[in-house]
Amino acid sequence: MSADTGDAQAASGGPIVEITGLHKAFGMLEVLKGIDMRVERGEVVCIIGPSGSGKSTLLRCVNVLEEPNAGSVVVNGYELTDPDVDIDRARRSIGMVFQGFNLFGHLSVLDNLTVAQRKVLKRDATEAERIARENLDKVGLAEKAGSMPEQLSGGQQQRVAIARALSMQPAVMLFDEPTSALDPELVGDVLGVMRQLADEGMTMLVVTHEMQFAREVADKVLFMDGGVIVESGPPSKVIADPAEERTKTFLSRVLNPVHASKTD
Amino acid sequence: MPMSPRKRAQAFRGVQYGILVLAVAAVAFFADWEKFGNAFFNFDAMGTQFPGIITTALVNTIIYTGLGFALGLALGLVLALMKLSSVAPYRWIATVYIEFFRGVPALLVFIALGFGVPLAFQIQFDTYSTAAIALGLVGSGYIAETLRAGIQAVPKGQVEAARSLGMSQSRAMVTVVIPQAFRIILPPLTNELILLTKDSSLIYILGLLDTQYELAKFGREGMNATNSMSPILLAGACYLLITVPLGYLSRYLERRAGRKRDEGLEVTA
Ligand SMILES: Nc1ncnc2c1ncn2[C@@H]1O[C@H](COP(=O)(O)OP(=O)(O)OP(=O)(O)O)[C@@H](O)[C@H]1O
Ligand SMILES: [Mg+2]
Repeated sequence: MSADTGDAQAASGGPIVEITGLHKAFGMLEVLKGIDMRVERGEVVCIIGPSGSGKSTLLRCVNVLEEPNAGSVVVNGYELTDPDVDIDRARRSIGMVFQGFNLFGHLSVLDNLTVAQRKVLKRDATEAERIARENLDKVGLAEKAGSMPEQLSGGQQQRVAIARALSMQPAVMLFDEPTSALDPELVGDVLGVMRQLADEGMTMLVVTHEMQFAREVADKVLFMDGGVIVESGPPSKVIADPAEERTKTFLSRVLNPVHASKTD
Repeated sequence: MPMSPRKRAQAFRGVQYGILVLAVAAVAFFADWEKFGNAFFNFDAMGTQFPGIITTALVNTIIYTGLGFALGLALGLVLALMKLSSVAPYRWIATVYIEFFRGVPALLVFIALGFGVPLAFQIQFDTYSTAAIALGLVGSGYIAETLRAGIQAVPKGQVEAARSLGMSQSRAMVTVVIPQAFRIILPPLTNELILLTKDSSLIYILGLLDTQYELAKFGREGMNATNSMSPILLAGACYLLITVPLGYLSRYLERRAGRKRDEGLEVTA
């Protein structure tokens, strides 16, 4: 029994995330139109693309916050699209960081990090606190353990949110635009923590508009547009030397917004 | 010439003060103060009410209301969860229940419970249970709506964060949503308690032993015994003893919740 990590089926050598033929629609609106992708162990994959292209929806299908309509999503050995799979158990090994932090407002920073360890993984309080403090230290916020979320800056809240996800010792971390709700001067701290995580070998799937981060940290970049993956490959290809016209247009807009708005 | 908005507001305030002064003057002039004072401010009659009005009546009112509120809260929580359920029939049942008990006068609930149920089912609860159940039923409809609104006011991201950490739907509800909802609903819930305190005056319908008297019944018995209105005035004052502090508590909680929200906004904005 691995009550500790929920990492039961991780031993197999295959990819951590494997998505095939994924379709998702909201009513009549088809948002994902056949996605195939995989994330290998230890890989950092960045998803870029224009607003409304389905990036968040794709990410949310990876831990089934959105229920896929068709296709298969296998994460860490769990076939999430199989109705017989215990989804709560599978989610223990999938950490998620949201754009809006979503810290539990009624709990202190420390309790934010221990509550799921205790209630979900059934760790005893001392063990949970030890792991929590370790992760708070890792994101540079050891001294904020007793604070309430509302007393922290956005950047600090997001780092706490990362530490909260890490405290479950997940096999893969999902990030949905983790810095886009932050004031510019706070973005660096959060990206720094993510960089460090990547260096330590954490498997990461990151939706982001931070091209610099994607270029330097990602092993693979996926460019999405209109519910499909238009182009994928190492950042040196997709960002520095894109093959597709749509990728080029998008990149010229995000990399040179002033110029783009003039020519729009 | 049309008046400027500020002038108009000033004139309107003047009219309001004028009406108030006239009303007070009319009452002072036309009322028969001697008769009124004899009837309502007979301090000898009031004196006879002590200590029973405190040790029996006030205490009983608090007990009836407290029991009713606890039951109303439990029932209300179940109903609120039913109303938020994804199972449609649960939602229907909860809606019908809530509309019914919010719409029916409390007096009818007391009569139904005190006389209808014993006749129909040949069961007789003791007075405290009957009173608690009746008050619980009366309060539960309002409380359910208050709780539902509070639960829905907790941002969806909170549940998503909880689920993404592996919590089940019900675990997320208990650990993350309900504690935060309570912060939001505490002020309206305190108002609910005030209304219930007043509704407890209907318990006399059940027929009470004198040890079971609550404030209203105690005051009316006192009126009969002393041949004066004063005891009921005293009972009224005792209600204020409960409800005024609760009102302050409610406003305090409201201010606190408001401040929390504002601070929260400042940080994340
Ligand atoms: N719960 C929902 N119900 C209905 N439509 C939705 C829902 N969630 C997303 N959509 C729609 O699906 C489309 C893709 O949304 P998604 O959030 O995945 O885009 P995105 O690529 O993450 O965009 P952004 O960069 O703005 O975050 C959008 O048109 C959006 O309006
Ligand atoms: Mg998005």
